[in-house]
Amino acid sequence: MKYLDEYRDPALARRLLADIHATATRPWTIMEVCGGQTHTIVRQGIDELLPDGVRMIHGPGCPVCVTPLEMIDKALSIAAWPDVIFTSFGDMLRVPGTSTDLLAMKARGADVRVVYTPLDAVDIAAANPDRQVVFFAVGFETTAPANAMAVLRADALDLSNFSMLVSHVLVPPAMTSILDSAANEVQAFLAAGHVCAVMGWTEYEPIAARYRVPIVVTGFEPLDLLEGILMAVRQLEEGRHEVENQYARAVRRDGNATARAAMRTVFRVTERMWRGIGEIPASGLTLTPDFARFDAERRYGVAALTADENPACIAGKILQGTKIPTDCTAYGTICTPRHPLGAPMVSTEGTCAAFHNAGRR
Amino acid sequence: MTMDPLTAACPLPLAETERVLLGHGSGGRLMAELLAGVIAPELGLDGPAEDAAIVGLGAGAGPAGDAEVVVSTDSFVVTPRAFPGGDIGELAVNGTVNDLAMRGARPVGLCLAYIIEEGLCLDELRGITASAARAARAAGVRVVSGDTKVVGHGAADGLYITTTGFGVRLPGAEVSAAGARPDDVVLVSGPIGLHGTAILSVREGLGFDGEIASDTRPLHDLVAAMIEAGGADVHALRDPTRGGLASALVELAETSGVGVEVDEGAIPVPGTVAAACELLGLDPLHVANEGCLVAFVAPEAALEVLAAMRAHPAGAQARPIGRAVAAKPGMVRMHTLVGATRVVDMLVGEQLPRIC
Repeated sequence: MKYLDEYRDPALARRLLADIHATATRPWTIMEVCGGQTHTIVRQGIDELLPDGVRMIHGPGCPVCVTPLEMIDKALSIAAWPDVIFTSFGDMLRVPGTSTDLLAMKARGADVRVVYTPLDAVDIAAANPDRQVVFFAVGFETTAPANAMAVLRADALDLSNFSMLVSHVLVPPAMTSILDSAANEVQAFLAAGHVCAVMGWTEYEPIAARYRVPIVVTGFEPLDLLEGILMAVRQLEEGRHEVENQYARAVRRDGNATARAAMRTVFRVTERMWRGIGEIPASGLTLTPDFARFDAERRYGVAALTADENPACIAGKILQGTKIPTDCTAYGTICTPRHPLGAPMVSTEGTCAAFHNAGRR
Repeated sequence: MTMDPLTAACPLPLAETERVLLGHGSGGRLMAELLAGVIAPELGLDGPAEDAAIVGLGAGAGPAGDAEVVVSTDSFVVTPRAFPGGDIGELAVNGTVNDLAMRGARPVGLCLAYIIEEGLCLDELRGITASAARAARAAGVRVVSGDTKVVGHGAADGLYITTTGFGVRLPGAEVSAAGARPDDVVLVSGPIGLHGTAILSVREGLGFDGEIASDTRPLHDLVAAMIEAGGADVHALRDPTRGGLASALVELAETSGVGVEVDEGAIPVPGTVAAACELLGLDPLHVANEGCLVAFVAPEAALEVLAAMRAHPAGAQARPIGRAVAAKPGMVRMHTLVGATRVVDMLVGEQLPRIC
């Protein structure tokens, strides 16, 4: 299979691992930003094959995990309206809100539907003019262009029964927030390849320069990650701090101009709450005034809703990389993929679920 | 809209455990909990979870004498009812034939029950019934009894089919979900993930339609060939339907009390299945199959059984994927492509596609 098999070749993987072992002379701490990368690392056991002292920290790049509790409660509140068809990507459905989750609401009769693209939600709205269709727009810069396209299409169709609950977040502010933290241990980043396919890497260049931290734009297959780790270790060993691109087959320096233009038209940058981390200035996207009529928070009056986290869950420290799941007393006991206490246990991209599914105890 | 959405916020604070979720039907951890927690205790079922039951008729059973009858039942609710590679009628026959075969039985007869939603086109019903009849003939089983119920519009989704099958144990067959032993070789009969991805592909309009077809097929002839070659050395069989290969391996490991070690590189995942799973954010090990089986066979008979499988069309691509071990009973561990080890677990509930 083109673009799959060749990035999973066991012989090449062993060669890259040998190169990493030959290159690393000191302990290094590297953070992979994206949950998709965490998924591959833990699933393949890549972190266990690295030289002693070369440590991967799993970053805040799982969109399900960083969506704040109050946003889940807003979704639950909106889905409870009898005329609402609430649409979402699949793995948001099992994220626990304060008292329930969307799957349980569905079992009790709410019309909650999984869609694979936000454009499907627009189609559902067009086909059901007597119902309100709300799409849960979560994710990083990766999902934002498609969500922007959905708003543009709803606008073109003049749909008054379509709206979006927007909880978009941006990667670079989360990286600087981690680097600014007094507890920070991260010495190099693997940047999220698909985010950079949209955004390019120009916004990472000032971060690499200012914090003197290597950043390697990296893909998601086992060989991508091994090569990304090797490139980061090389930079660290040589005292360089540059932005390098491992994921050249998908990412150009300027990203995808068409996708960014759609995002700019529909969304503007805003402060955003990150689950477990707190509010980060200029770290999210919300609808621009021109498209505010598609804002579900306004339409359903839930903008002011707030919620408190379960104190037993250390999701915040997990997401910042200062703790690993096995440090948590709830992990594997009262918090499992079956009964997740916090979001990192929900999505297979979440660090806790990735650890749990790989049998790490 | 007159309702105040703030008072409507989470108006239903009951715990999820008090209602059946869709995920309870996905063949994974949730279903196991439902069976063990609600259904089995009420019915007094305490044996290992097998695909089919062996019922002794006893000495007074007339002409059947001391014969052992193998019985299994299964309901089919697939959407869409027709999919690349088959339809619900064929699936309903093959599914129960295979459950009987996984207990080492030769299927003899089937009972077929329909629950039909009012409004179903007669042409469609005729087509599905013809397809079930064809599948039964192909499998050499007779449909001996049936039932038809019609429910009001909205009370069912078109058509549900339940098939109950019975058969007789093949001479020398001693297969059981509890039968796997340390050192057994783990064999799979063919490529995995085809049925689930074929269904999802048409359901979601992914455009893989021409390339992926369901693997639905009867497996009893293949099983007969395996038993003939290996006899009682064929220890455990399972067709990895809902929950996929991962759930089947974990169930057999748990029921038999053995550890299982599989090699990721040996597991036959067709390229189209791998691509569809990448696109959908699914794990091919959790995707349903309807025409392959996994077998635990004593090492001394493994080569012969494998050769018998490969000589049969349903097992032409059979291959070993791993081994049962004494260590870590109940646990399935996989040697990954890059040379590390991870634990393989059952699907929890519904397969939920990832965001990105």
